[in-house]
Amino acid sequence: MVSLKPILVGTVLLSATSFPALAQVELQWWHAMSGANGDRIVKIANDFNASQKDYKVVPSFKGSYADTMNAGIAAFRAGGAPHILQVFEVGTATMMAAKGAIKPVHELMKEAGEPFDAKAYLPAVTGYYSTAKGDMLSFPFNSSTAVMWVNRDALKKAGVDKIPATWPETFEAGAKLKAAGYDKCGVSTGWVTWVNVENFSAWHNQELSTKANGLDGFDTVLTFNKSAALVKHFENLVKYQKDKIYDYAGRTNEGEGRFTSGECPLFLTSSAFYGNVKANAKFDYTAAPMPYYPDVAGAPQNSIIGGASLWIMGGKPAAEYKGVAKFMTYLSSPAVQAWWSQETGYLPITPAAYEYSKKQGFFDKVPAAEVAIKEITNKAPTVNSRGLRLGNLALIRDVWAEEIEQALTGKKPVQAALDAAAERGNQMLRQFERTAK
Amino acid sequence: MQKRSYFAGRMLPYALLAPQLLVTIVFFYVPAAQAVWQSFLLQDAFGISTEFVWFENYQLLFSDAAYYQAISVTAVFSVLVTVAALSISLLLAVQADKSLRGAGVYKTLLIWPYAVAPVVAGVLWLFMFQPSLGTLARGLRHFGVDWNPYLNSGDALSLVVLAAAWKQISYNFLFFLAGLQSIPKSLIEAAAIDGARPARRFWTIVFPLLSPTAFYLLTVNIVYVFFDTFGIIHAVTHGGPAGATTTLVYKVFNDGRAGGDLGGSAAQSVVLMAIVIALTAVQFRFIERKVNY
Repeated sequence: MVSLKPILVGTVLLSATSFPALAQVELQWWHAMSGANGDRIVKIANDFNASQKDYKVVPSFKGSYADTMNAGIAAFRAGGAPHILQVFEVGTATMMAAKGAIKPVHELMKEAGEPFDAKAYLPAVTGYYSTAKGDMLSFPFNSSTAVMWVNRDALKKAGVDKIPATWPETFEAGAKLKAAGYDKCGVSTGWVTWVNVENFSAWHNQELSTKANGLDGFDTVLTFNKSAALVKHFENLVKYQKDKIYDYAGRTNEGEGRFTSGECPLFLTSSAFYGNVKANAKFDYTAAPMPYYPDVAGAPQNSIIGGASLWIMGGKPAAEYKGVAKFMTYLSSPAVQAWWSQETGYLPITPAAYEYSKKQGFFDKVPAAEVAIKEITNKAPTVNSRGLRLGNLALIRDVWAEEIEQALTGKKPVQAALDAAAERGNQMLRQFERTAK
Repeated sequence: MQKRSYFAGRMLPYALLAPQLLVTIVFFYVPAAQAVWQSFLLQDAFGISTEFVWFENYQLLFSDAAYYQAISVTAVFSVLVTVAALSISLLLAVQADKSLRGAGVYKTLLIWPYAVAPVVAGVLWLFMFQPSLGTLARGLRHFGVDWNPYLNSGDALSLVVLAAAWKQISYNFLFFLAGLQSIPKSLIEAAAIDGARPARRFWTIVFPLLSPTAFYLLTVNIVYVFFDTFGIIHAVTHGGPAGATTTLVYKVFNDGRAGGDLGGSAAQSVVLMAIVIALTAVQFRFIERKVNY
């Protein structure tokens, strides 16, 4: 007969030795970073875990941004939310409105007694994730902004010696590129609404929506269809779409491959496209600030961000929040921030991290990486360029894109399409306002 | 002679049915009832604030022009996918039923796509037809076709129809092949001796005998198109451009998942359920009459 004794003894020994590990508090971190950026998340967590022994951050990849947010919401409904949830910027209003489901970062830091100064972060970044009073609600983790990626070889071939700084110059360059053989697409943009509506409005200091683009209240009303500059911009896009000097490249980043493949030499999209460009572009590339219309007073203003922030979920014990707070402090440290932003192309979220990278000489080596932070800090943000906070933004962006597509295919005049985009968006805002009471 | 078995006690039949009933209740009736209940609510994504709003979600739905567009897109999409999937698979089945060398290999290969998940099928087709990277798209552009599913609604619709039909062909093929093999060879041989040519033999003997299979597949295909294709659309076009590929089920998925509008999405799913029930009833009432069992 086989004796059970050794197994029993083994179990007892095992539980005895694993006892110290049990005292370690585990903190769940759900994120949406795939590929190389996912590995970087794991490295950050491992480094933090190695730096102290009371807490253990456990990162889990939950799919796309939308999947991650939905997983978090479903887990909350089922009573098992993670401690830290990465939510893309379009989900900000939804998270904010969910009082009780979340723990505001400023509260978390105060209660845990961690040193925390909201002013240590870039205002253009934190504005997005703070209340009207300036209290930070979520931790800005990975923020990017829209920049123009430039294929220098193509410009040279087309005889354009200066990177276009304004939209008229950009379309002119597009025409020259077309003549030089880039006849499928001279200029294009990823994230059609984020670049051409949201960032365009901020960059030109135009009102997108009342109540400081929703930052001052959910009773905000869309007004971008009344901005003459924005209407003119879309009229230009429709005009140049006809001969492919501009060519539409889809609603999200699915068209970005057109830049790296060399098909489309001027491409406006996220600064975080950097990693991909670096890996795949087989030509001389750089990034430049977004073009602007010089006849618009005050342009260029400053750009606004995209990306995601970390939300702390509510209803956890104070001991666990203490660990989360320590982790947030760790994440904000200049060395971690500088490393993360240099690797990914996301913005360093504190001026200290920016200085840190500067001192290392990073921007001398990769000047393209500095364009984003220069754009976002170009001028002190105005009421139109602090950021935006619209409920149901994911669906609203779909509706805007639908109307823009109607205009680009000539099914609707530009003004009518933009009016419809604003009107349909307003309906969704009103519905959100009712649920967000 | 008929042989019948009798069982004592009334519990046994219920006990035997119980697993099936349980599965149906847990996975169909309960979620369906939840959807109906949810469709009367206005709720935030986290379920923290809930308001009972009677039929407001339905009112909003039926006053939304985009919803009517989705209905007509669904009509076109379902007809195209069903017709393509049924006719192509019938053609393939008839060919594979002939005694060919290596027929087993063809059959296996034709059945494979059925094991592919809808999203993966969508991504596969997207890889081939993505305007700047897809190999086939580059070929099309090379021959002067201005292929652009991001902006051209016809291109986008044909791409999702292709992917959705391709995915369903295997399943149809399997059933058609089984149906063909159950047709007695003697009937066909008799017709051949009477001088009927292959085409005539097919339309007067094979096709009528296949009609129960075809009818079953028609119903299954319609249900597939109405409920199962959102993954493909999500992967290929995201419902664009300008709503040209937003079908009813994709709208349910997108509004509920991406939008967090659970009430509106639930109302849509209730309407969709009603439409499919009605369609199936119509099929059984009118088409089934023409079926020879």
